[in-house]
Amino acid sequence: MTERIVMAHGGGGELTDLLIRERIRPRFDLPDLDDAAVLPEVSGRLAVTTDGYVVSPLEFPGGDIGRLAVCGTVNDLAVCGAEPRWLTLSLVLEEGLPLEVLERMLDSARAAAEEAGVAIVAGDTKVVPRGQADGMYVTTAGVGVFLRDPLPGVNSIEAGDVLLVSGTIADHGISVMLSRTDQPRLRSAIRSDVAPLAGLIGGLLEAAPLTRFLRDPTRGGLAGVAADLARDSGLGLLLEESAIPVRPGTQWAAELLGLDVLTVANEGKVMAVVPETDVEDALPALRNHRQGGKAAVIGRFVDRDPGLVVLRTKAGGRRMVGKPYGEELPRIC
Amino acid sequence: MSRAATMAAFVADLAGHLDRAGRPLNFMEVCGTHTVSACRGGIHSLVPKGVRLLSGPGCPVCVTAQCYIDALIDLGRRDGVILATYGDLVRVTGSGGSLERARSEGAAVEIVSSSLEAVDLAVHNPAREVVFAAIGFETTAPATAVAVEMAATLDLRNFSAMCCHKLVLPAMRALLVDPDVKIDGFLCPGHVSVIIGADAYREVVDHHGRPCVVAGFDPLMIMEGIVALAAQAAGGRAELVNLYPSVVSAGGNPAALELLDRVFEPADSIWRALGTIPASGLELRPEYRRFDAFSRFGLTLPEERDISGCRCGEVITGKAEPAECGLFGKSCTPVEPVGPCMVSSEGACRAWYRYRRAEVVS
Repeated sequence: MTERIVMAHGGGGELTDLLIRERIRPRFDLPDLDDAAVLPEVSGRLAVTTDGYVVSPLEFPGGDIGRLAVCGTVNDLAVCGAEPRWLTLSLVLEEGLPLEVLERMLDSARAAAEEAGVAIVAGDTKVVPRGQADGMYVTTAGVGVFLRDPLPGVNSIEAGDVLLVSGTIADHGISVMLSRTDQPRLRSAIRSDVAPLAGLIGGLLEAAPLTRFLRDPTRGGLAGVAADLARDSGLGLLLEESAIPVRPGTQWAAELLGLDVLTVANEGKVMAVVPETDVEDALPALRNHRQGGKAAVIGRFVDRDPGLVVLRTKAGGRRMVGKPYGEELPRIC
Repeated sequence: MSRAATMAAFVADLAGHLDRAGRPLNFMEVCGTHTVSACRGGIHSLVPKGVRLLSGPGCPVCVTAQCYIDALIDLGRRDGVILATYGDLVRVTGSGGSLERARSEGAAVEIVSSSLEAVDLAVHNPAREVVFAAIGFETTAPATAVAVEMAATLDLRNFSAMCCHKLVLPAMRALLVDPDVKIDGFLCPGHVSVIIGADAYREVVDHHGRPCVVAGFDPLMIMEGIVALAAQAAGGRAELVNLYPSVVSAGGNPAALELLDRVFEPADSIWRALGTIPASGLELRPEYRRFDAFSRFGLTLPEERDISGCRCGEVITGKAEPAECGLFGKSCTPVEPVGPCMVSSEGACRAWYRYRRAEVVS
């Protein structure tokens, strides 16, 4: 019989202890059970962030909620220019969740943490009655250390600056959406790109220290970040559709689903704004990393069309790129 | 030749045809997916001034009369009912708010991506009534037919479909006899044509003297279709041209057509802006009538009403462009839509708002 989460697992009694002692703690090298983790002394400024993960289904080709919960938070630290060090992991479990699924998600979170070079140092577990959550929800908080100055940010962007993306876009969102279809052959067609970006970003900042801005284009996709950049910089942003890397299968599936790949979520890509003079350092730094092989220059900031993103389409036409509006689609991250 | 070079050649051809015609040319893309693809590909920035592309009655949500929307939302709010719908409908506003709002207030509204998921809901919720919101043209109607046949096979007593299915050709006919609509040719819908076949448009060519071109959805295919329409208009010809033969045959998909005929019969249907068009919709045949939500729940359609100030009706009949509506981009945006053309991902207003709002054509 499948062992499942019951309400008592969250009751704070023996069963809670057992769950934590036997299934959670051994996976994460957690220090002695205490109410808070004590972190070592560090030199440098700190960055802290938190994010909740509610993806459905819990597992999808290329990833799962455990990996996503680690990578998403690590990446939020990394794009600020901080080196991710510590994470906390808070679980809301739905009554009836098979324990083997929980363990698989925890193993996946641990593997992702190892890959990202961060330690999971504290956590929490709650259980809610069946129907009040969708399997499990995960919230992670992360702390990172600045080894260099924080990035100057969007206000430092000037006309002539160049926009890069570290690889193919839309793979995560399309993968999750396809994994919800009733077509088995479609379900496994596209793999999510979910991955920790700290290593890739570290290499980029090493090679191109004048990098002005970094962002991981998650919900809202490349279009969402591009629209924010144009609005907040007050410059125009000219994108070249033919330069934006997209896997043919992802493009095909997006068309099938009626989606614009530019607005679809990513979980393992970074967009970088660098001065034009630094492109020749930045691009090879991305491409030489195994996660950045398909990195490309995709756009340029210009003095005209202030606040607007204009896409030169593959067909040779022009159209604007806007932020997508809210959730007409089921949640994907 | 590169895509851009091919496109440049098409654009040059189009300019030549426009010149020979010696007058402005208005072409209508009947299908919402064409509207969106054209906007997304930047086609409007490429066509010469003098060629106008009009959106037609091809977006399923947009053509659905307000009275159906009102009835659907009313049904969705009833206790014991699970309303299964394609995602596009949930934000359309009716007199009782949208399905999205009804859902936030506790109504059981389930978004499905296939009609069979609705059947599945009925199987797994035997104590509830599952109603499938069956909208769309000949493209989605076969999926409804499959679901109804499946429900019959399983002898489900708690499944029904609210059929608002529409047929494309009656709407095209209605536009052609409207003196206010000036159309020099139709870019015929690719997906619908897969089902009904290219030959279905022959009457538009033969009886109404308007060129019809079936085209695919890639920006180059769309432009190729526009060039083919302009060539005919300039030469005073009206022919049926199928530029999408890889998926559209002359006779359509016989299995799908047979399925439609087995489950549905033509019925009068109310369209937004176009009113009641005879034999322009589909209703379940008597042997499947027990799955009809209207008769099952004793629904009568509320009176059709206009949304104040909204020009969606004119937009889907090619009489107005989205930006000509006073609400466009002001009180009607994708975040707070007033009319269905701003809600649906295939709606002309939404496509304009998203891709052409700034008219960045430079």
